[in-house]
Amino acid sequence: MPVLDLMSGFIVELRNAGLPVSLTENLDAMEAVKEIPLEDRQAFKYALGATLVKSQNHWRAFETIFEVYFSLRGPEYSIMQDGNENDEMWREQQDLQMQGEGKGQSGGSMDGLTPEEIAQMLMNALMNGDQAMMKALAKQSVQRFAGMEPGRPVGGTYYLYRTLRNLDLDNMLDKLMEASKQQAQEDLTKLEQRLEKDEYESRIEQFKQEVEAEIRRKLVADRGAEAMAKTLRKPLPEDVEFMHASRDEMQSLKKALQPLTRKLAARLARKRRHGRKGPLDFRNTVRHSLSYGGVPADPKFKYPRPAKPELMVVADISGSVAAFARFTLMLVYAIQGQFSKVRSFVFIDGIDEVTSYFKSTEDISEAIHRVNTEADVVWVDGHSDYGHAFEVFWERYGKDINSKTTILLLGDARNNYHATGSWVVKEMQKRGRHVYWLNPEPKSYWNTGDSVVGEYGSFTDGVYECRNLRQLEGFVEKLV
Amino acid sequence: MSKSFESVQEVRDGLKKVNYLANEGIAGVVYLAQRLGKPILVEGPAGTGKTQLAKSVAEMLNARLIRLQCYEGLDESKALYEWNYKKQLLRIQADKSSDSWSEVHDDIFSDEFLLTRPLLEAISSTDPVVLLIDEVDRVEIETEALLLEILSEYQVSIPELGTITAKQIPMVFLTSNNTRELSEALKRRCLFLHIDYPDMEREKEIVLTKVEGISENLADQIARIVRSIRQLDLKKAPSVSETLDWARTLILLGIDHIDAQEAKDTLHILLKYQTDIAKAAKELSVDK
Repeated sequence: MPVLDLMSGFIVELRNAGLPVSLTENLDAMEAVKEIPLEDRQAFKYALGATLVKSQNHWRAFETIFEVYFSLRGPEYSIMQDGNENDEMWREQQDLQMQGEGKGQSGGSMDGLTPEEIAQMLMNALMNGDQAMMKALAKQSVQRFAGMEPGRPVGGTYYLYRTLRNLDLDNMLDKLMEASKQQAQEDLTKLEQRLEKDEYESRIEQFKQEVEAEIRRKLVADRGAEAMAKTLRKPLPEDVEFMHASRDEMQSLKKALQPLTRKLAARLARKRRHGRKGPLDFRNTVRHSLSYGGVPADPKFKYPRPAKPELMVVADISGSVAAFARFTLMLVYAIQGQFSKVRSFVFIDGIDEVTSYFKSTEDISEAIHRVNTEADVVWVDGHSDYGHAFEVFWERYGKDINSKTTILLLGDARNNYHATGSWVVKEMQKRGRHVYWLNPEPKSYWNTGDSVVGEYGSFTDGVYECRNLRQLEGFVEKLV
Repeated sequence: MSKSFESVQEVRDGLKKVNYLANEGIAGVVYLAQRLGKPILVEGPAGTGKTQLAKSVAEMLNARLIRLQCYEGLDESKALYEWNYKKQLLRIQADKSSDSWSEVHDDIFSDEFLLTRPLLEAISSTDPVVLLIDEVDRVEIETEALLLEILSEYQVSIPELGTITAKQIPMVFLTSNNTRELSEALKRRCLFLHIDYPDMEREKEIVLTKVEGISENLADQIARIVRSIRQLDLKKAPSVSETLDWARTLILLGIDHIDAQEAKDTLHILLKYQTDIAKAAKELSVDK
């Protein structure tokens, strides 16, 4: 049965992509698929999704792999345009759909059009939100502009770029805005304009996705699902490295940070409340004894009230950890939203306190901008000098460290062969509660070249490799 | 369960009848959960109708809704069952003289002295029920284990009484706001459903069904503005319930067409942070 083969290949690919699919979940998926009509592709997708994917972060990876394995396939997607083989599971379904919508034109009748006419048609379709037309145009433009050749080892992004460049989508938005302005009888208010713009943007985005899906379908038809899935494999959000995150990935990291700091806060609070019991609470015990006829059968204790945790974050924002620094600042910002007593410091070769930058604004990008422009972190030449930064830190803020303070040091400890000033870290540990070091570098690079993380590490309560969210989460779990 | 669903479409129509507009995914998962007899773990941002889904399904099935609100420190005496100590004590004191110890012992650990809590109640009920375990992410990871037996086997073991098995398999919904990662064991036993903010078309329909006396035009405008606002980088994006509140407010104010000034004046119903309001006002260029 081909579906079964496809399913097992699909699940293997999910595991390869890093999704934890257990055996029972696999069986559940098989059970679930039995319950739905096979020709309903949407239901099929949700049946698999509900049984196999147990975290929203993994949904995107799932969707991509699903598209590859169970996408619409058939002769019309073969790159050569001459295949006339067997029909596939959902092809008929799609044909029916096209007929149902009625407006869709098949790719064939567009062959005679000039590129200008196609652009005009696309604009009309976007303007009216004509879904069927947009689909047909996506198909047509891929066929025409992508220049796909069978067996050519080029990634899908290359074809996507070629197609979109020919369609000139960047200017499409302006053109659409212009056209809608002319169409409207009266002048649009600013608010209406803005709404129009958002509407068109989302339609263009939709069209782009359609083009992408079309290319993918063709590539799958050419290369087979397995090979295609391999090229599309991307790290899951929790495995994206901070140092090499793209802009999109940074956005999703930022979203993922918020719950993580909430977790951290919840963890600290819980440990405080559910820790060791305090002395006997006499009043409470007597009150409860009334239900047992005056016998104090259920002694009640007072909860201890330890002080709130204080946190000091000291972060390196020099060039060598630039990408990490941005992330660090986001982390600091998120932590500051959860704890009342957080102080944050940034340094390169000088050091400055930036707590107030984060406190005074709710807007993270503004805060980061202020840190990068206003904080006084350069002492001599703007190259990392941990030793000097730490010494100044100790001199200025050392007296504020007390037995309740946890200190978090973030940086790669690449010190440009300056004096390390590690005695400061030693003093910190003596006076504070805990000192932890988070290093964004892979462990194998530690203590090579000018990295002196080992020397600092011996005075801390732990040095942790912190290259992705998974590791950061691991640290948070250990912290308390 | 009294009746079982025949198709996804049936679930969708049924939910629509009780004023819950489900998309394909939601209806599909509810359908599967009932066919497979599995609990659903519902996740998603606050205010997107997670709890409402359970309520609506209960209404659709004409079933009683049993709700267990989770919180930190929830234990089995509040979730599963508890012995009624006071009654037991009374029983022992009532006839000290007559009965032998073993008789009393057998007697005080019987159904009569058992206080059922939501989970046990859902299982022992003979009429159809929908069990809602709300905000399951709030309990400690250790307490989660309490749920495992009931979720996979639909039974509760009471040491003194033995195992109580469900008379009928209830539909179970667990909701989570994702404040912490749930244990693998729990996730494995459930179907997973993520409810996100609805797309514009669906939101418009939701507004139209939920708010009385709203014109199509206004609903459309509301949905579009809310979509634009959700695209901004905000501390807290407006939820569906806030959209509905906003729509109702506009109706009360007798506004039929939102202009910039009115949008600005009523933004505080959609957004709950001052900075968010300022940002949205600026972005929508209503801050002239």
